[in-house]
Amino acid sequence: MKIIVLVKEVPDTYGDRKLNLETGLADREASEIVIDEIGERALELALTYADANAGTEVAILSLAPEGATATIRKGLAMGAGSATHVCDEALRGADLGLTAETLAAALRRVEFDLVITGNVSTDGSGGMIPAMLAELLDVPLATGLSSVEISDGAVSGTRPVESGVQKVSANLPAVISITEALPGPRFPNFKGIMAAKKKPLEMLTLADLGITADNPDAARSIMLTVAEKPPRAAGVKIIDEGDAGEKLAAFLIENRLA
Amino acid sequence: MTEFPRDAILVVVETGPSGELEKAAPGLLGAAAAVGTPIALVLASPGTGSAAAEEAAALGAARVLIAETSDPSALGVPSVDALAAAAEQVQPDAILISHSLNGRDVAGRYAARSRAAISADAIGVSRDDEGVVAHHSIYGGAYNVTSTSTFGAPVITVRQGSIEARATAQPPASETLAVTPSEKPAARIDSFEEAVAATSRPELRGAAKVVAGGRGLGSEEQFALVGQLADTLGAAVGASRAAVDAGYIPQSQQVGQTGVSVSSQLYIALGISGAIQHRAGMQTAKTIVAVNKDSDAPIFEIADFGVVGDVFKVVPQLISALEARKK
Ligand SMILES: Cc1cc2nc3c(=O)[nH]c(=O)nc-3n(C[C@H](O)[C@H](O)[C@H](O)COP(=O)(O)OP(=O)(O)OC[C@H]3O[C@@H](n4cnc5c(N)ncnc54)[C@H](O)[C@@H]3O)c2cc1C
Repeated sequence: MKIIVLVKEVPDTYGDRKLNLETGLADREASEIVIDEIGERALELALTYADANAGTEVAILSLAPEGATATIRKGLAMGAGSATHVCDEALRGADLGLTAETLAAALRRVEFDLVITGNVSTDGSGGMIPAMLAELLDVPLATGLSSVEISDGAVSGTRPVESGVQKVSANLPAVISITEALPGPRFPNFKGIMAAKKKPLEMLTLADLGITADNPDAARSIMLTVAEKPPRAAGVKIIDEGDAGEKLAAFLIENRLA
Repeated sequence: MTEFPRDAILVVVETGPSGELEKAAPGLLGAAAAVGTPIALVLASPGTGSAAAEEAAALGAARVLIAETSDPSALGVPSVDALAAAAEQVQPDAILISHSLNGRDVAGRYAARSRAAISADAIGVSRDDEGVVAHHSIYGGAYNVTSTSTFGAPVITVRQGSIEARATAQPPASETLAVTPSEKPAARIDSFEEAVAATSRPELRGAAKVVAGGRGLGSEEQFALVGQLADTLGAAVGASRAAVDAGYIPQSQQVGQTGVSVSSQLYIALGISGAIQHRAGMQTAKTIVAVNKDSDAPIFEIADFGVVGDVFKVVPQLISALEARKK
């Protein structure tokens, strides 16, 4: 079984995240850069399966700017066997279409059984890459799984939707995405961190994948305007002296909110 | 068959387990009507299409294409095939789809198939000389961004509950859409358990008032206090991720970065510290109220009215004061 886990570098949600007002792109200097937490959960799912099933190969695939090596190494230290880092200046500001095409091309180079991704990233919030990959790779898709069962030739899980909960299954190869209901990641231990330094980390460019960023046949999403909203200011703060509930009621009534 | 209008906006709506249109339908059609002529594609289970089509017309669809899937247990692929057929016929200026899990699957697959550009998680649409433009609220409302497609109709997924506009009802005009199956491999839906609508409370998405509780409520039993205040105010119930993780309330009620984003008139945060990821889902609310016993809790930085105090003392008193006024 070969499992490929997609991980993405994002600005840390624990800090202030900034957009460059000229380019509309994430200002990478302004924030700490981390692996998206949901990608770590996806990797944890793959590693848990690998722990219990000898002969499972877990590989990381990441499309990220130069310098992402540190976050990818963290995934290797957690226990993934190898990693592929797609990195190309022409991918700066890539939209969903170009991102999906590029990732699909990288996935076509390997014989995978299962691709696991997070359901949505914390920076783009598109949540559509898994669907796009399934379409481009011609494999079944099961998104938003809150529990996952991997077996030899199939994957199944629970899929909460608006109106209830589905139980879904698919034959492998397949693409799945998971929700944050799945367990958080293990911490890399010292042995893992040392071992990670020797694990294969392949770097690929768009040329290696035969992709052109400005393919005239593909429509691209472009940003037209970017504006920063003024931060919110604090209002009044009272300390409860036994009557705060009544004061709060008065505030709500006065503002026609109750 | 008559031609479709030149300013057609194709709106994709799916039906729920009882054949009713998804909750996002009124907003999607409302948004479409403001930038063109809404044409609905109704993705229905067998036998429910015509009723759903009438519902769509009442919500403003000038014409409705009905696609009843022949394979209801195939996950997603029949919907994508239907959208491909509908887009081919209608030649719309934009395609609007809910940013729900199913909506994102359909949008992503369709865009990959047709090489269309996606504008994800829009909170509004407008039109300029070149075409339809999507409006987004990024990084928890810190930035406003607009986007569009370099050419062709953009596929725009619309955040649930973000559109207030409603379209005028149209006379019903529907037709069955002929769909050629793509035979793409699909996952199977093996079973489905419908959520019991146990509550008469408002939907969290798009609610005018929200009362949310955090880890500070301490237990599932004590979390009931959040519901009591919500009912007194006619508000929806929300929660922090810590409250969801602790099992006080289902994940569907989570507000924040990886939960629901709300822009309500009133947001009351009870026993919530105000972590940046929680704020990302509620800081665009008009009026924010916080009750927290830690005067340094970051939620106070954005609260219009903050109470440093114990929720178990302040909230019951608040409820009685509000109830007393009602009498
Ligand atoms: C990638 C990522 C995504 C995330 N997404 C989300 C998200 O979508 N939504 C979200 O909420 N979080 C999210 N988080 C988690 C977030 O970082 C916080 O852990 C979480 O919001 C904390 O929830 P809380 O405020 O309920 O708990 P805590 O931070 O533990 O705060 C509890 C508060 O209750 C107060 N309190 C305790 N007892 C009382 C009492 N009797 N009366 C009054 N006050 C009391 C305490 O003073 C404290 O401030 C995310 C984190 C990551 C890394």
